[in-house]
Amino acid sequence: MTPLLRAAGVGMDGRLEPSDLDARAGTLTAIIGPNGGGKTSLLRAIARIDHPLGKVWIDGTDLDRATIPHRRTLFSFLPAARDVPWPIAARDVIALGLTRAEPDRVEALLDLLELGSLAGRPIDRLSTGERARVLLARALAPRPKVLLLDEPLSNLDPYWTLRILEILTQIAHDGSAVLVSLHDLNLLDRFDRAIVIADGRIVADGTPEQLQSGDRLSAVFGVEKTSAGWRIAGP
Amino acid sequence: MIRWTLLLGALVLLAVTALLLPFGALDDLLHTDPHLARMVLIELRLPRVLLAVGYGATLGLTGAALQALFANPLASPDLTGGSSGAALGAVAGGYWLGLSHPLALAAAGAGGALLALALLLALAGRRSDTAALLLAGLAISLAAGAATSLLLALAPSPFAFYDSFTWLMGSLVDRSVPQAAAALIPATIAGALLLRHVRSLDLLALGEDVAAAAGYRPSAMRLKIVSLSAVAVGACVAVCGAVGFIGLIAPVIARRFTGGHPGRALLPAALLGALLMTGADLLTRLAPPGRDIPLGVITAIAGTPLFLWVVTRMRWRLTP
Repeated sequence: MTPLLRAAGVGMDGRLEPSDLDARAGTLTAIIGPNGGGKTSLLRAIARIDHPLGKVWIDGTDLDRATIPHRRTLFSFLPAARDVPWPIAARDVIALGLTRAEPDRVEALLDLLELGSLAGRPIDRLSTGERARVLLARALAPRPKVLLLDEPLSNLDPYWTLRILEILTQIAHDGSAVLVSLHDLNLLDRFDRAIVIADGRIVADGTPEQLQSGDRLSAVFGVEKTSAGWRIAGP
Repeated sequence: MIRWTLLLGALVLLAVTALLLPFGALDDLLHTDPHLARMVLIELRLPRVLLAVGYGATLGLTGAALQALFANPLASPDLTGGSSGAALGAVAGGYWLGLSHPLALAAAGAGGALLALALLLALAGRRSDTAALLLAGLAISLAAGAATSLLLALAPSPFAFYDSFTWLMGSLVDRSVPQAAAALIPATIAGALLLRHVRSLDLLALGEDVAAAAGYRPSAMRLKIVSLSAVAVGACVAVCGAVGFIGLIAPVIARRFTGGHPGRALLPAALLGALLMTGADLLTRLAPPGRDIPLGVITAIAGTPLFLWVVTRMRWRLTP
């Protein structure tokens, strides 16, 4: 089966070594690694932000050659930053993800992310977690084939952490490829695949079980898994 | 839609009023010398009204574009130092380089504005926090103002200071048709090109990375928007002098009608800017006979309270 996302030699000068990466439709992939390791750079390089190296194809289309409307149907990128400087209503922020007016789609996303009561409220007056949901809804709006989400689970309460994982799992199983950068290793088991990035390069790639069974995560993060959970690795 | 039709109607009404006032004098002239009446209307009053509408629209439009670009509601042409840079360029061109053709002066004004805005980008950064933007804009305005005064003080013409006083404070009085054309043709072309950025500026509200991922190029957008704004404002300032606050106020009001969308506010801000400038120019005619109230004074008196209101609302962003 041809991968939905194919990235060849993607990198960022000084931040991410040229790397190859494929992602199949139907997979939910975690990108993990220590702070400053290159998770965001990898997602940005795939999203073709800031003159990255390499080439990326989604569903056979070279992203550098895709038109603006076509690009939106191929992928969405959600940055980790949650600040929006203008008082745009939550409903209108979601609509910014679409290239033409689709009120039904916006209402469906408001329902999906339980934002109905906040729909008319300016985004700069929402809490960080509420803003995160609105901005995720904006990324989901054009029904992209690939989702590139930078820390979408940060600043969320336990209910919304699990609920958004459920939503992303469903979207992946419906035929998309979803790549999520992540800090919480306790959530790793909910992903189909994990890519470990450290010092600007991909150091491991496999199922969460494979990665947690060896000592790769200990070496990268300086932590180890015990029956009581994760703890700082001993000497 | 009804709201904008009403505003457009109000603008047409104000413009026609400005064209006909003082009506008594025009009426008398129409009876005694219709040819002269026609000349007064076309060569004196029409350029003034067109400049009021065009310069006001330019300030509103460029203010909205700069605010959207810098993600900051205080990034107007005057507060960023763009207008002061344009004045400096026009003074340098007019008094030192001996430029006299209106279009050459407009180009000098555009060059000065471009230099000031490029300096602002270098000093304050791309998406500037308010303190950095205001401080950099203030520094550029002060430096450009001082340099303008120095150039005037040392100008070969001993009357440079006196000549330029009314112009520097902003005035639409006694501008010729070629002068109006030199300001408005570049401003209209630059304004039309700025309007092509409505969608990308709306998306830029969600951050440069979101706009870049969608296929826009934020660095190219910055270059285009800053250059087009400099051309539009520079040409108008070279002919009419610097007029403050309209570039700040019009976009702030326009965004209240566009649900906060910064890109969609471009055209409404142009309409509001035209309305405010035409209204302010009408107010300058309340001066006693033989006296002139500079246009910039009227807009500053009206604009200062709104500026303070915006700053108060943004207080939290000014604190570290």
